[in-house]
Amino acid sequence: MNNKTVQFLSHIILILGVLLMVVPIWIAFASSTHENVTILKEGMQWGLGDQLVRNYNEVLNQKGGFSQEITATRMFINSFIMAFGIASVKVIISSMSAYAIVYFRFKLAVPLFWLIFITLLVPLEVRILPSYQVVSDLNLTNSYTGLILPLVASATATFFFRQFYKSVPDELLEAAKLDGANSWKFFIDFLVPLSKTMIAAMFIFMFVYGYSQYLWPLIMTSDEKYWTVVMGMKIIFQESYEGGNLPRVAERFAFIILSMIPPILVVVFLQRWFIKGLIQTEK
Amino acid sequence: MSFLELKKITKVYPNGTKAINETSLNIEHGEFMVFVGPSGCGKSTLLRMIAGLEDITEGEIDLDGKTINKIDPSERDVAMVFQNYALYPHMNVYKNLSYGLKNRGESKEKINNKVKEVAELLEIKEYLQRKPAQLSGGQRQRVAMGRAIVRNPKVFLFDEPLSNLDAKLRGQVRIEIKKLQQSMNVTSVFVTHDQVEAMTLGDRLAVINNGVIEQLGTPIEVYEKPASKFVGEFIGSPQMNFVNGTIKNNIFESKSFKLNIDSKINSANVVLGFRAEDLNLNEEGDISLTIDIIEKLGSDSIIYGKDKAGESICYKENGNTKLNIGEIINISLDVSKIHLFDEKTGKRLN
Repeated sequence: MNNKTVQFLSHIILILGVLLMVVPIWIAFASSTHENVTILKEGMQWGLGDQLVRNYNEVLNQKGGFSQEITATRMFINSFIMAFGIASVKVIISSMSAYAIVYFRFKLAVPLFWLIFITLLVPLEVRILPSYQVVSDLNLTNSYTGLILPLVASATATFFFRQFYKSVPDELLEAAKLDGANSWKFFIDFLVPLSKTMIAAMFIFMFVYGYSQYLWPLIMTSDEKYWTVVMGMKIIFQESYEGGNLPRVAERFAFIILSMIPPILVVVFLQRWFIKGLIQTEK
Repeated sequence: MSFLELKKITKVYPNGTKAINETSLNIEHGEFMVFVGPSGCGKSTLLRMIAGLEDITEGEIDLDGKTINKIDPSERDVAMVFQNYALYPHMNVYKNLSYGLKNRGESKEKINNKVKEVAELLEIKEYLQRKPAQLSGGQRQRVAMGRAIVRNPKVFLFDEPLSNLDAKLRGQVRIEIKKLQQSMNVTSVFVTHDQVEAMTLGDRLAVINNGVIEQLGTPIEVYEKPASKFVGEFIGSPQMNFVNGTIKNNIFESKSFKLNIDSKINSANVVLGFRAEDLNLNEEGDISLTIDIIEKLGSDSIIYGKDKAGESICYKENGNTKLNIGEIINISLDVSKIHLFDEKTGKRLN
């Protein structure tokens, strides 16, 4: 095969891949611009309809839920607070714990690291009842703290930071010591700026992870004020279906499309750093 | 009392390795001291103990009349240049130079003046805003030096700072370091495994082997009167020739040749050491050599051969030699320049 054919074939494969990703989203978007009746009668839509403004306006501003008090906008704010909280606290905690593990040679450093690492085997879903018990004992149900706190420890991020710190040459620490940097200064003046691409990458991962939490907010929040997007989208327009009305399929599609926007924005804005953080280090 | 005193320093690593064994050394103010030795001999460990980067297991280090064992590295008033420079990769040159001063709480103006002054001295003024990654090897080296100088330390510590440079630059920087050190008159300790650096830079050398100082002296003393077989072997290029033999009644006898020497030693087993340049072509020479390899360096030629008993001997001739591989030559030895070492202990006998 000559070069051109190879190029052609690889483009075909790539384009197929792109279609595989994009087509469902397009269908969801196209369907979200139609009336409910159209979708129920004719199935999902490929072309655009004329209900775009009405549907999206409805989703964002109509009050839903059992008490008719929560709006999608409110859920977006909640989701953002939760995801942002989880991502930032995760990054801070795991970078600091990795710092302790790598640079302070206390006796239990290695076992402690593996203990942290083992928590990877125990996802939230497995420990959801004890976690709920703890949070409820602390009177943190129906609060942002309760939404964020049980999710902030991260073995993955600790591991990544540990690997990064280990690759920082020892001489750097020694030179900094001679220059009068104490351990706190070394962390702030050296490790944080050196790992900023890494921090951005971790932040994105963790933001998306926090944003897409479903089970935890579902269990945690009985007060609709704290509903998040991912859990809420299933519930918010449910009541009308049960009341004998038409299911509000178009609004749901609109909600799905909207719910994708925040993570996409985070990725778009931090992507340059994100890629840098994964493929190279600034050393 | 000396400016920098090491008193019976011992270093034992947690795993039980003894890196330094009861080493004592006095370094005078303004002196350029070179620690030289093969890798793993403990020379870097000794330097790092002076810097405070390595705990001292036993013994005491005094600097300018003050014991510094327990003093934090940043407060010892020492500055170190690292082998890979250890520049701060995320800071530009200016910040690299000023970081230590900033941590000491100097005023902005003072820092600025000091950095400018040092940058001018080292001719790195144009690069102040650049990051280390944008500098060449030689420029990085200068920045590393600058970071040491800017702090006005009592002692400069150099940990093989030239080994990352290419051969040509190494020669240049070596001379610059020497000049700087002389003009600033700062006490310096320089660690290297390169004997050319050691010979050219040091006021005195400490040849270190297995955690002890084998010999301490000026470069020429060390070269002309090595205290042990190890020192003779380590200092000088090409390497000193060694031939095992016995001495009886002022006659040295090896498997292949005899040599009249005037010495009071009457020990049975010795190692005779002699340098390649102390040999001369001589029809009546005692040693006959079959030539294996000839290295022509332009200024002189190094001829490697084997004597009758198969011992390797190397001989140096000025200019381009006309000898050929396979030829058998006779050479004689300048008896006034031989070195005799005890076969067992390796200590110098004459």
